[in-house]
Amino acid sequence: MQIIDIAIGFPMPLPLLAKPVRAGFPSPADDFIEEEIDLQRLLIVNRPATFLVRVAGDSMILARLFDGDLAVVDRSLTPRNGDIVVVDIDGERSFKIWKRQGPRISLHFANPRFPEYRLAPDALVEIWGVVSGSVCARRRCE
Amino acid sequence: MTARAYALSDGNSFYCSCERVFDARLAKVPVIVLSNNDGCAIARTNEAKALGIRMGEPWFKIRDMCKAQGIRVYSSNYALYGDMSARVNAVYRDFSPRIEIYSIDESFLDISDVRERDRETLARDMRGTVRAWTGIPTCVGIGSTKTLAKLANHVAKKNPELGGVCDLTDPEQYDHWIIRIPVGDIWGVGPANARRLEALGCDSAADVRDLDTRVARKAMTVVGERLVQELRGMACLDLETVAATRKGCAVTRSFSERVEDIATMEQAMATHASRLGEKLRREGLATNHVTVFFHTSEHDRHRPQRSVSTVVTLPEATNDTLALVKAATHGVRRTWKGGYRYSKAGIVTTDLTPLAASQRALPGLGQLDREMGAALMEALDACNRRFGRGAVVPGAAGFAPKREWSTKFEMRSPRYTTRLDELPVVAAA
Repeated sequence: MQIIDIAIGFPMPLPLLAKPVRAGFPSPADDFIEEEIDLQRLLIVNRPATFLVRVAGDSMILARLFDGDLAVVDRSLTPRNGDIVVVDIDGERSFKIWKRQGPRISLHFANPRFPEYRLAPDALVEIWGVVSGSVCARRRCE
Repeated sequence: MTARAYALSDGNSFYCSCERVFDARLAKVPVIVLSNNDGCAIARTNEAKALGIRMGEPWFKIRDMCKAQGIRVYSSNYALYGDMSARVNAVYRDFSPRIEIYSIDESFLDISDVRERDRETLARDMRGTVRAWTGIPTCVGIGSTKTLAKLANHVAKKNPELGGVCDLTDPEQYDHWIIRIPVGDIWGVGPANARRLEALGCDSAADVRDLDTRVARKAMTVVGERLVQELRGMACLDLETVAATRKGCAVTRSFSERVEDIATMEQAMATHASRLGEKLRREGLATNHVTVFFHTSEHDRHRPQRSVSTVVTLPEATNDTLALVKAATHGVRRTWKGGYRYSKAGIVTTDLTPLAASQRALPGLGQLDREMGAALMEALDACNRRFGRGAVVPGAAGFAPKREWSTKFEMRSPRYTTRLDELPVVAAA
């Protein structure tokens, strides 16, 4: 299960503190060197249930999910009000905002230029996963 | 000793289910997956089974029918199946600390510590979790021995009304099913042994259970005796939680097109040899002889047939790709005869030993430079890990575009979970 390698290329440990060790009085900072920041642990909480997918389109921009981004999808999460979900509607997979009002559940776009999303009354709807994070390259490789 | 309990969990039409997780349009349609080189059907969804696709049916025989019936056909995508298998097993580990990965889609779990009345609940919970987290549907069989767990799994699979779980540690369930399972459906009983058992008057698993162990041993050696014991609920086989050290290793491939010249054959064999070296190095194993073989196809009945198998001995045990390639191409050259259309080639080793513990040859009498070899191989493996298998190969294996005999993957789906450039694309539109 190498999803980790894929998430951000090779593991990229970032040391919190690094000082050369000197003989004599030990550096008081050494006591604080404990761990390295691991971006993968930040993005992936439940590894077997987490998948990466590529975003294609602009319907989620208000939710800050942009065309070409990597969405981190955790299938073990239950959707909560306002979550971005990956949902299969009549065999078509897409991103939607998941909302609940009382017993009523509705799906929405997150782009003011899009019309209100209307679900066909007889549509077959299945939640594929909940978006738990995203990776947005701010400077694409040349 | 306390009574043991094992669960056998396996993925339903596993390869097809993996494809379905990533393509929403496959949900209700018939799907099949073909073996290496698109040889034959090795996984079928229920919809495909209902249309009459049999296990192992050659692709060329069902091609037209698949097209006519709208069956979706995929080449095997082992990168994807392997990753999904690892995920499923990670979920199993949350339910039992002792598991044996029996195959890519089957695992045994030791659930002896779970109270009898909680076992079925556990199995249903696990099944639900695997389905939710990974998208893979499974069936779970529970029994007091591995053989009974396997039987229970078979029952769960064949009887959809059970909801994918069958617990044969429940005496009522055991009594109900054991008389209904035909001899040929018992784990480890092939057609030959099924005939032997039927000759002894056995129709069902219950009849086999009730055999005198001495009679069973006479008919099926010690395997038969163990089978009777296991069916009675006395565990003879425990989990193999540690992967057994490999005894042998093979790399074989069918050519996508027939090979008629020695240069192509040498190239193919060199590639197989370098792959073999890679496999051995990963486990720190080595060999001092390899069997090189190639043959024509029985499908070319009207053509002259030839089958070659030759053993090439190395001066000392090694897993150095360059040494293995030399041995492999030597094997081809020694036995080559033109005028035939070869369809398959491979390289096989038996008697593997750990490299560190193997007998050395004398210096100057065939002793290989292990230090230099190891450094070179380490660099080679690192390159191939980083840039993809086959990025760096010995010259004898040829340049990439010319390696026409490598595996055919005409209809393979993207490697959705292991390649950044093949991730599933989801519409935000």
